[in-house]
Amino acid sequence: MAKGFMIIDGQRVAFDGEKNVLSVIRKAGIDIPTFCYYSDLSVYGACRMCVVEDDKGKIDTSCSMEPRDGMVIRTNSARLLKHRRMILELLLASHNCDCKTCMKTHCHLRELAQQFNIINIRFQDTRPHFELDDSGYAVVRDPNKCILCGDCVRVCEEMQGVGIIDWSRRGSKLQVMPAFDRKLAETKCVSCGQCAAVCPTGAITVRNEIGKAWRAIHDPSKRVVVQIAPAVRVAVGEAFGIPSGENVLDKLITALKLMGVDEVYDTNFAADFTTITEGNEFLERLKNGGPFPMFTSCCPAWVKYLENHDPKYLKNISTCKSPMEMFAAILREKYAEKDAADGRKTFHIAIMPCTAKKMEAARDEFKQDGQPDVDLVLTTREIIDMINENGIRLPELELESPDLPFGLGSGAAAIYGVTGGVAEAVVRHCLPDKSKNALRAIEFMGLRGQKGIREATVDVGGTELKLAVVNGLVNARRLLKDIDEGKAFYHLIEVMTCQGGCVGGAGQPRAVRETKKQRGDGLYNIDHSAMFKRAEKNPIVVQMLEEMGEHHAHELLHVNYVKE
Amino acid sequence: MNSTIDLQKVAAIIDGYGCRREALIAIMQDIQAEYKYLSEETLELIAEKLDISIAKVYSVATFYENFSLEAKGKYIIKVCNGTACHVRKSQPIFDALHDYLGLTGEKKTSADGLFTLETVACLGACSLAPAMTVNDEVFAKMSPESAIDLINVLREKEAGANG
Repeated sequence: MAKGFMIIDGQRVAFDGEKNVLSVIRKAGIDIPTFCYYSDLSVYGACRMCVVEDDKGKIDTSCSMEPRDGMVIRTNSARLLKHRRMILELLLASHNCDCKTCMKTHCHLRELAQQFNIINIRFQDTRPHFELDDSGYAVVRDPNKCILCGDCVRVCEEMQGVGIIDWSRRGSKLQVMPAFDRKLAETKCVSCGQCAAVCPTGAITVRNEIGKAWRAIHDPSKRVVVQIAPAVRVAVGEAFGIPSGENVLDKLITALKLMGVDEVYDTNFAADFTTITEGNEFLERLKNGGPFPMFTSCCPAWVKYLENHDPKYLKNISTCKSPMEMFAAILREKYAEKDAADGRKTFHIAIMPCTAKKMEAARDEFKQDGQPDVDLVLTTREIIDMINENGIRLPELELESPDLPFGLGSGAAAIYGVTGGVAEAVVRHCLPDKSKNALRAIEFMGLRGQKGIREATVDVGGTELKLAVVNGLVNARRLLKDIDEGKAFYHLIEVMTCQGGCVGGAGQPRAVRETKKQRGDGLYNIDHSAMFKRAEKNPIVVQMLEEMGEHHAHELLHVNYVKE
Repeated sequence: MNSTIDLQKVAAIIDGYGCRREALIAIMQDIQAEYKYLSEETLELIAEKLDISIAKVYSVATFYENFSLEAKGKYIIKVCNGTACHVRKSQPIFDALHDYLGLTGEKKTSADGLFTLETVACLGACSLAPAMTVNDEVFAKMSPESAIDLINVLREKEAGANG
């Protein structure tokens, strides 16, 4: 790694291992603008906003420039400013500037256009009008707002390994699209939504379903019941100036009640059901000798990935429903009587960090008589918009706890939202040693962390079990390849599609790796302060499982993704 | 000169390159040499066998003008638009053929599936300007009238062959 000093705008700045000049400039306290630079993706150099000038007057992009000792650069010379303003003007000229009605809350193009004071666009938009693609469950694509930065193309290929959208044609006809300009619904898209998460403009946005939520809330014949996923509570505050990772579940509940929601529950409650049923399934498989590896089933984009790209592994997926769907199934059953008694129909909203959950809720497996168990999935960002729409100042709200009985969850349930959390919860359940020391040992066995693929071994009843934890579909793809070729073997593999796990979901506020880590740490803090750390210690869950009986619990909580 | 694409043969071409990703362009060239175009099924098969995304294959196929994703006519007419042909009025020849074949916008192949009209930057036959080729046979010193006559001759030949 290179080390040394460089002169940035006359100021001496040390660098040590930064991979490009851009990072050194940002470290020096200058926020150099970019559209196409994303630290977790490959360097692309397309937007040309990050250009700098060296002491010989040569202009080049700082994102693709390696820091060298003694380098002298300027970031804000007259030529550079003119250059950036021209880029912005040209981008705006070929961009649908219907900002007033745009779905993008934080448009980077608009922010930079304002920052650089672009008030007059001298060029006409001569491009043809392209059709909007709202065929997908998770995202809506509006090619008229695309600025060709390629962030979505790279995240889809490099982070998720699916490469659904890519460049097509070239020059002035260059466009980002799925192959043959197909609709997203006709592709093998897994609905992870990361393209929308990185898109700097409104070209790819998360499907917005706020209208449906308001209609249900304002309908007196409906009882609106909400469940909130673990990862939401450590990210929702970010939009209101609360640090990432701080648990604001209690304030979020108050906000939802102020909006007119009738009952608010916690997805963590259902996650305890998942841990117990999935743990038992794992122990059962150990007894019966497989099939291994057993894959976790909480992540709908992962399930979709196997369906679309590698169906031979569908039989390896745990037959347990995801916590969201377990919650919904239990709620539907328990509230059927209540609905009949007071004549109000329960409308179930799930607040999720995830766009793929919108797709999961629409799956046939989770419908009864054509009616989905979850009526509506809202993302963290949608709920933020609703809070803002009602003028609610979240930080100033009083605290409220989730309603009972479905509001109680263990610490193991809270960490479902972070990579490694589901595996850890299952290990806690399966290990016969229930001591505090065992918990500490599990914490440090290698399941936690940020690496794309992590491994751990654990001794259960004399057999050494191999576990793997994966985040980012591209890593899952790699692991599957190794398993295909017989180079790797695991008993249990946890897969979360998004970087960092659900805390990095595309439904969350825009975030970089560090922010996602803070949110994950927030979930671990919730676990630390939880009254009980193990799913099987949840008194309500244990009691309900007993009441259900084994057969009925199986009916209610399991699903089979294998198509005959 | 088959009009329908035999996917088994396509698979054999891909296998001939050992399913190597870096051979993508060469594979597409070979398939196009055989069938004159690349169908959706062909590109899907390439993507599957090379283990790259279909969007990536489509991206490469649309980047190069030389790859055609549409079935081409039996006769591929290339009107030279090089400097020498251009100054000797090749454009009116192209326009006349374009109108005569009933082509519009992006459509390059006539409705009867017989003719595909393209331009080419230079045939290297400047002394014969304005020149054009029909399936790689060069026709020299053309005019809009002689080009249309040529079309009629080819059409009659086809009608004769079918009748």
